[in-house]
Amino acid sequence: MARLTLDHVTKSFADFDAVKDVSIDVADGEFLAVLGPSGCGKTTLLRLVAGFEKVSSGEIRIGSDVVSNSGGGVAPEKRRVGIVFQNYALWPHMTVAENIGYSLKVARLDKAVARQKVEDALALVNLQGLGERRPANLSGGQRQRVALARCLVAAPSLVLFDEPLANLDVHLRASMEDEFAAFHKRSGTTIVYITHDQAEAMALADRIAVMDHGRLAQLATPRELYHEPANEMVASFISQGILLPADVLSGEEAGHCRVRVLGTELVVRCRLGERPRTGAKICCRSADLEASADVSGFDGLVKRVVYQGGAARIEFTPTAGPGLTLHFEQPDPVLLESGSQARLRVKSGWLIPAAGTSS
Amino acid sequence: MPTRVRESRGQEMALTVAVAIVIVLLSLLPMLRLIKEIVAPGGTLSTIAVEAGLRSPATWIATWHTLVVGIGGTLLAVLSGTLVAVLVSLTDIRGRGALVLCYVMPLMIAPQVTALAWLQLFGPASPFLKLFGAAPPLGTKNPLYSTSGIILLLGVQYGPLVFLLVRAGLRKLPRELVEAARAGGANWFTVLVTIVLPLMTPSIMAAAALAFVSCVGNFGIPAFLGIPANYLVLPTLIYQKLAGGGPAVLGETAFLSVLIGVIAMAGILAQEVMSRRRDYRISSTSLPAEPYELGGWRPVVQAGMWLLILLVLVLPLFGLVLTSLVPGYGIALTGKTATLDNYRFVLFEHDAARRAFFNSFWLSIAAAFFAVIVAVPVGYLIAWGKQRWVRLLNLSVELPYALPGVVLAIASLLLFLRPIPLTGIQLYNTVWIILYAYLARFLVLALRPTISGYHQIDRALEEAAQVAGAGLFTRMRTIVFPLVAPAAVAGGLLIFMTALSELTVSALLWSSGSETIGVVMFSFEQGGDSNYAAAMSVITVAVTFGLMLVTNLLAPHLPSGVLPWRD
Repeated sequence: MARLTLDHVTKSFADFDAVKDVSIDVADGEFLAVLGPSGCGKTTLLRLVAGFEKVSSGEIRIGSDVVSNSGGGVAPEKRRVGIVFQNYALWPHMTVAENIGYSLKVARLDKAVARQKVEDALALVNLQGLGERRPANLSGGQRQRVALARCLVAAPSLVLFDEPLANLDVHLRASMEDEFAAFHKRSGTTIVYITHDQAEAMALADRIAVMDHGRLAQLATPRELYHEPANEMVASFISQGILLPADVLSGEEAGHCRVRVLGTELVVRCRLGERPRTGAKICCRSADLEASADVSGFDGLVKRVVYQGGAARIEFTPTAGPGLTLHFEQPDPVLLESGSQARLRVKSGWLIPAAGTSS
Repeated sequence: MPTRVRESRGQEMALTVAVAIVIVLLSLLPMLRLIKEIVAPGGTLSTIAVEAGLRSPATWIATWHTLVVGIGGTLLAVLSGTLVAVLVSLTDIRGRGALVLCYVMPLMIAPQVTALAWLQLFGPASPFLKLFGAAPPLGTKNPLYSTSGIILLLGVQYGPLVFLLVRAGLRKLPRELVEAARAGGANWFTVLVTIVLPLMTPSIMAAAALAFVSCVGNFGIPAFLGIPANYLVLPTLIYQKLAGGGPAVLGETAFLSVLIGVIAMAGILAQEVMSRRRDYRISSTSLPAEPYELGGWRPVVQAGMWLLILLVLVLPLFGLVLTSLVPGYGIALTGKTATLDNYRFVLFEHDAARRAFFNSFWLSIAAAFFAVIVAVPVGYLIAWGKQRWVRLLNLSVELPYALPGVVLAIASLLLFLRPIPLTGIQLYNTVWIILYAYLARFLVLALRPTISGYHQIDRALEEAAQVAGAGLFTRMRTIVFPLVAPAAVAGGLLIFMTALSELTVSALLWSSGSETIGVVMFSFEQGGDSNYAAAMSVITVAVTFGLMLVTNLLAPHLPSGVLPWRD
């Protein structure tokens, strides 16, 4: 077990930066998810930690050891890192037991001890008795577990998961998710978990690092990420948040401030120390929007109504902001019709901090 | 922790350096030595060697002959290979697998064996023609001892080569392109002429270039068919000069071998230019087109195909077997005259032949073994390496094989004529110089399948071993080698089959005691002992076919396209 520190890590390929100035401190035993759209640099980040790529600048430390800096790095085989690969990467020419015992064999461990460890690892992932099978004769979930056992058996200081559930069907995903959580609890290993699936990240991680175009967009707990996104990218990426232009009218008081959005005034949550400013944005979720006849709302056009069973998804363009399209759900009975005028009310929201400020 | 950070990848460096040394020794060194001999014979810059070569009328005649048979053979090979590829790939012809196997087989037979087989089939002493009493009277000139004979056999030998490349191209042809044309109202023949063949231009051009290089560099066929008619091409001219003049004429032959290299390169360049004139890129990938239904023509086309197989494969081999069973030249084969004496003689009685079997077997095994061992790390660096310069390696390994074998043989002679500096070891006039040339020439035959093997393996398999703590050499041994082994071994078997009855290189490098099967076969034939030559040929062909069958067992573990004769 060890903590992992990324200190201003940058990785440049020929003409672009795959990872730009990322600093993350993963505590000992923490479960960190790295979340982002494809091409955001999350896989490069994993490969940097594993040592398959060299950093262009910055430093990576595992425990107190520097494993990568611009001068070079510790070879992957010396990092004591475990990886669960997206496609499992089980060696087809070896049995399950040989796959799991490989690192022990490489370390020239006593054969009897190694056999016992392999048995223990198989038991840990509920695959007792399958040691003599070939990977080709296992189901997807079983292969995933073999991959897990294989990386555990060497007692790595750090386990990296590279989108481990991407190749599994939906049912298996849920059960593997539970299994990963249980495994983390049991082993107490430091885990870095790469994924593009928000639900997966939210369900598993202590903290989530959201990546965007190679930069770290926000590093926070799942709750904070949802309720208090640090910037527009995170706000719109997480649960499809809706961004609305706003002017801040009053300074922060008890975590709230007064803003004007599309001509109406409302109170939203905000960071400590916010001051009045213009050109700000608030983030709200579709649950924060409701159709109302209330005076405090804003008018607009219902562009589309898509009935989805029990509720309808409404696309709405406010009169005061013709370039905006707001999506929200209206539960049955659905009264709005496409092409009609309606009035919308924002119940609550979060004031996105001004760019350049940090928490 | 500066020391740990600095802990650089020592094993990787060691591997890279070792690979680089092997490549330099096998590929770059001989080529550079050859160029030096042309540009600066004796160590000083001069054009004497070039001028002497250019002044000799023999050079010009042989060059002209080389071009004639090269272009003629290429045309024949392209026409026949493309026709067969189209029929086999695009129509609903039956028994495709067997047809491909039989049609490609001549490629696995050494050219001089092909030549010998055809000579036995049509010559005045032909046991086959004698079976029908149709043999021309003894003393008549064999009709194959001619320009057209050489062109015919080159076409037969390299038609399969064209076939393989064009067929690979046809397999990638997306069916939408064909279907769009048929929906547009074109009949099948129009589609073939206006869509399929134009799109196949790059494949056909590449095949033509390869066939051309093979034809101009071929030694076995013009040696068996041309020398008796005093029709010399550059490779046979070089052979005659060296056989007559020894090392003294090396400079002269060096010029001639570079001339062959230049002609071969010109063929490759012409292909590049032709292929760039239009855009032939196929962007989409999809299923191959539905085979065209030949309908009532199917039996006719099938019969035609098998007739072709009969002509190019079965009859010549049959003739070869018959000749090997006849006790002497011109004797008719009957139940009484048939004998296995020729086999007994070459296997047990004739010293040089016995030595040749021994030499060729161990040379082929050594070359195959070495190539497999080297191909795995070289392929690793080329397929998975990050350094860009490593890709140049690929090119330099291809070179000795892309250039005609004569070029490499002369380069090896120049390189080892004198003892190796510092060590004083003498390779010239020993069997080791042949081994060196084999290693250099055939390495690429194992490297190509190995690289395609690497491309089909998920790199994560190696990375998983790396994070498990395995160093490079351990990974190579326990993960990488087992995974690419089938492809590399298949390449090794190809090398073994090719090297076993190889003649081009060993004809120039052999010495007494280091004869190869090809060399002894050649000298039997030159001395008029066709029966012995035929017996040796039958043995090598049998070994080759046996190996092909054994290699087929590997097929399920191989990337597609590694075994040329597998459909």
